[in-house]
Amino acid sequence: MPEAIKGGVHAALPHDSAHKHVSGEATYTDDIPAPTTVLHAYLAMSDRPHARLTRLDLTAVRNAPGVRSVLVAADIPGEVDIGPVAPGDPVLAVETVEYAGQAIFAVAADTLDQARAAANLAVVEYSDLPAALTAAEAFDQQSFVSPPSQLSSGDADAALSRAPRRLRGVFEVGGQDHFYLEGQAALALPREDGDMLVHSSTQHPSEVQKLVAKVLGRPAAAVTVEVRRMGGGFGGKETQAAQAACIVALLANATQRPVRLCLDRDDDMVMTGKRHDFTVRYDVGFDDNGIIEAIKFDYLARCGMSPDLSAAIVDRALFHADNAYYLGNAQIAGYPCKTHTVSNTAFRGFGGPQGMMGIEHVVDEIARTLGKDPLDIRRANLYGPGRDVTPYEQTVEDNILPELLAELEESSDYRRRREEIDAFNAANTVLKRGIALTPLKFGISFTTTFLNQAGALLHVYTDGSVHLNHGGTEMGQGLYIKVAQVVAEELQIDVGRVKITATTTDKVPNTSATAASAGSDLNGMAAQAAAREIKSRLISFAAEHFKVPEGEVQFAANAVHVGTNKLTFAELVQLAYLNRVSLSATGFYRTPKIWYDKENGRGRPFFYFAYGAAVSETVIDTLTGEYRILRTDILHDVGKSLNPAVDLGQVEGGFIQGMGWLTTEELWWDDEGRLRTHAPSTYKIPTANDLPDDFRVSLRPNVNREETIHRSKAVGEPPLMLGMSVFFAIKDAIAAVAGGRLIPHLDAPATPERVLMAVEELRARLAEGEREAAE
Amino acid sequence: MDMRNTLRFLHRGQVRSLANVDPTQTVLRFLRETDGLTGTKEGCAEGDCGACTVVVGRLQGERVEYRALNSCIMFLPTLDGCHLLTVEDLRAPDDALHPVQQAMVDQHGSQCGFCTPGFVMSLFAAYHSDLPPERQPLADALAGNLCRCTGYRPILDAGIAALSDKQPDQLAQDQSEVIRQLREIAPTDGLALENAGKHFFAPATSDELAALLSDHPDAQILAGGTDVGLWVTKEHRRLDTVIYLGNVRDLQTVTETPDAFEIGTMVTYTDAFDTLATAFPDMGELLRRLGGLQVRNAGTIGGNIANASPIGDTPPPLLALGATLVLRHGPDRRTLPLEDYFKSYRQTALAPGEFIEGIHIPKLGPHDELRVYKISKRFDQDISAVCAAFWLRKSGQKIEDVRIGFGGMAAIPKRAHQTEQLLRGAAWNEATMERALPALDRDFSPLTDFRSSAEYRRVIARNLLRKFFVETTTSSPARVLEYA
Repeated sequence: MPEAIKGGVHAALPHDSAHKHVSGEATYTDDIPAPTTVLHAYLAMSDRPHARLTRLDLTAVRNAPGVRSVLVAADIPGEVDIGPVAPGDPVLAVETVEYAGQAIFAVAADTLDQARAAANLAVVEYSDLPAALTAAEAFDQQSFVSPPSQLSSGDADAALSRAPRRLRGVFEVGGQDHFYLEGQAALALPREDGDMLVHSSTQHPSEVQKLVAKVLGRPAAAVTVEVRRMGGGFGGKETQAAQAACIVALLANATQRPVRLCLDRDDDMVMTGKRHDFTVRYDVGFDDNGIIEAIKFDYLARCGMSPDLSAAIVDRALFHADNAYYLGNAQIAGYPCKTHTVSNTAFRGFGGPQGMMGIEHVVDEIARTLGKDPLDIRRANLYGPGRDVTPYEQTVEDNILPELLAELEESSDYRRRREEIDAFNAANTVLKRGIALTPLKFGISFTTTFLNQAGALLHVYTDGSVHLNHGGTEMGQGLYIKVAQVVAEELQIDVGRVKITATTTDKVPNTSATAASAGSDLNGMAAQAAAREIKSRLISFAAEHFKVPEGEVQFAANAVHVGTNKLTFAELVQLAYLNRVSLSATGFYRTPKIWYDKENGRGRPFFYFAYGAAVSETVIDTLTGEYRILRTDILHDVGKSLNPAVDLGQVEGGFIQGMGWLTTEELWWDDEGRLRTHAPSTYKIPTANDLPDDFRVSLRPNVNREETIHRSKAVGEPPLMLGMSVFFAIKDAIAAVAGGRLIPHLDAPATPERVLMAVEELRARLAEGEREAAE
Repeated sequence: MDMRNTLRFLHRGQVRSLANVDPTQTVLRFLRETDGLTGTKEGCAEGDCGACTVVVGRLQGERVEYRALNSCIMFLPTLDGCHLLTVEDLRAPDDALHPVQQAMVDQHGSQCGFCTPGFVMSLFAAYHSDLPPERQPLADALAGNLCRCTGYRPILDAGIAALSDKQPDQLAQDQSEVIRQLREIAPTDGLALENAGKHFFAPATSDELAALLSDHPDAQILAGGTDVGLWVTKEHRRLDTVIYLGNVRDLQTVTETPDAFEIGTMVTYTDAFDTLATAFPDMGELLRRLGGLQVRNAGTIGGNIANASPIGDTPPPLLALGATLVLRHGPDRRTLPLEDYFKSYRQTALAPGEFIEGIHIPKLGPHDELRVYKISKRFDQDISAVCAAFWLRKSGQKIEDVRIGFGGMAAIPKRAHQTEQLLRGAAWNEATMERALPALDRDFSPLTDFRSSAEYRRVIARNLLRKFFVETTTSSPARVLEYA
């Protein structure tokens, strides 16, 4: 057997920082040692959802002990607005506040306690303005952060009126806090010439660089942004990291001292955006077999007070309003509603999960209306031959769901368990069980086409060690190790020879956010291109030097064969150096094939789709609404995995996060528009005791038909939507209360309260029906 | 009173002696800001995420008991006489990872890594306990640690792997030296710290405590600190005088008499668990779900009563069991039924200078039933929307006596007197139960908040009485957590 390198592609390597994670040696932004002159920043917030600032007296703040600088919007040397795509996000409030939690002014002091205590001395007076707190309120006022958008195919109205059966309804799906364990953090270090180095816990260093430059009124080249790792991101550090970074940079600029800021949990949850909650209105037409013939959807998104990324998020919801199903005649409208709440933002799935929950609710309702097993209706509506064009006119070319669902139905023993559950439910009154199998199809690529580009930088040193840098950021998803594996494979050296380095704007410029699940697809390809460039220079050099044809220069495991000579990689590199061959290269990648015409709602926004399905079984307590997940089986498609250990972690973790979103994670605002669930004591993400009792997860063997990096598939976001199976299994158990004769209504998240209220409502209708029957 | 003015604890092989420290500075901030040890993380500053978990050893007779605690809400002087271990202390002298760390690497138990030091420390504490290497007990031990990335399966597998093959680690090898050092700094004397106008007292006996409290009736009593700690870390309040009960050994005893248990006020949930779970299985289940393990290792039953929260978890069962309190003021003691202790929202019958010395819990008689129900959004480490406890004494089919305690339904933990009245003396059957249900609406007018709507609370209260009836009269399964 030929020797192989350690840690090439497809190897199940641990996370590159695993040893540092477990020993506490991994450095996060707030752990970076700063000079003793470092100042601590604190942000003072609005406690009104919408108001004019009538008085802001900061005299006492400025005179408080330890205070070195106090900053309001008027003090900002450059631009005040840091909206990532469109304006609307002042880094500090100007004249009005538009959400409870909006930053009004910033303080830098010798200690954090001093900064906070000083901020509390401010005199702030408001004149309240009318506030819209829900999407429905804003929709009624036709108040949007960006224009509504629409996808349509066929003639939905005509087909609806022809359809044998029709259902209309409204479904609510809640938001979600990212709850990354590390809060938003930044450290700014002023340098000579007015330059600024900012350590920022961000998924998007290039954007932070751009925005810091903008608020400082300096060129982008004067600002360097670096991030080695984040303590979780999930989309929450794509745009939301910028504010902390801009504030520390402004304060550092004003004081010419280093300044740091790490939002504590409460401030972080109150001040920064979350997953959008949606109201979904639908009107669906279908036949007696449950086949959808036409559908009209209105997706109302609570966007908060500014555009942020909401237009693209609502678009992605619309792109996923089909999930895995052929809709025929569809008219799908999205409304980015402007509310006086925190500006909602990217969160794993980016609107896709909410889009999918809409159609999954509809399919579930169709099945229950017809008295059929929802799985049968789901399978009947899947994309298939002759039914393979999406509402945005992309042909689904790589659909594996019919086979995948059949495999999962079989391996999970779905039919037998369905019977067993029915028997249990017939015999028990307090406890009821339910089961649901939900598929997912998730489009991979930024739907804003130009973002699908990436760069990498590779240096080879004369000892044969390799320095790898690229535009992707590490938030725990294992991107760094995957890209290092790609480089190791290309150069046929052990992955230990590839030095992984922090993402920084002065090595690879103009990068896209690490988002849209595209991190390894884009950066893996860019790094491969850089490695191939160096490899090809080495091959040319070796062929010339040893006077052999280029075809006789071969990179084998930790060795290079040049004709009959065998050199180590380091020996060849040393030789190349002495012969003046450049050992540094950049790599670049742009995703092929994709385009999108937003005006007409058609194109190929996605390079390919990732697929998966999960089947979950639950038991609920019909007296309390409590529930437990008895078993979950997952079959998920990651193409040919770059790193199966990392991918399995993404699948499992994504599922649990999706389950949390749809079950216990409830964001609760009071009537004054203040978020009251802003810490783990009140906002409940899953714990180790919440995973299914029996948890069976498999990666489905597959090869991406598109030419992605080593034929792998993106894995960051799609598994989150596996959590839908839990929600619909809970609903299935509730439905058992009425023996399938009545349909319960369940909105997300399915908190124990929602579950119990759905049960109570169902029981009330049952009793009503019995009374009527008796009369 | 002659008291020591230097805080002493064992850290990284050395006895740390500190005189001038802010007494309400947390251990977490001390580690990160004073010592520059940044491995321990802040995730929430309220003891709900476990990212800041450290392990603290306390001398218990001939051995040291190591427990996981949340350093983010723990005041530095509460380390007096203890051995502090952090994630930086686990590698062997040859730099090898500790078995729990290695298992986390092998099982891919970290992704972003920010929660990881906390998990490692919880696993390290489990490694130094007799926890069986099984999923359920491990999940109970880890439910106070939140991870947002992995979904926990690999972390549980790491725990099972590490605990299945325990070898004496460095801490075990150093144990005799640690015990020697801890004996030298054992807090057998009182501690009095003063810094910038803030005072911290840690008396060593209850007599010393009684005297101190008489002298400082306005002092804030600090027990486990799982609530008081948050006044500082979340509300940023200044506490001028703190009297800490953790060094008072004679308040940490559990005594069993023929009819009752006497629980010292400083007995932690963890230390009370075996006794209470054996005598009252449902109370064991309640305690299993109270806070995370780090909170149960710090929090005390006395503290849970003393702070008089309407949503404290131990008052409902203690009300139902007919518990009484022993209150002490200086040399004087009085007893008070628990229900008379709660006056109005956060107001109690405690006089200035008085403290709860112990809790008297009557045992169950042969015809007594106790059921406790905690309803919350999440099973583990959540605060109840409603907590209910039903105690029933039957004589044949008749209800001889009944006590029902509710939390989350009023401004204080409260008995359902009108409902009890309807039940008392009646036959325990469905008609009686149905007749009593409407009385719950007369007993309670719950509020709406972010944990639950008033309506849900009202429905839950009725349904829990129904559930109690089902559970005491049939054998059909009625709890999702017991359903297998």
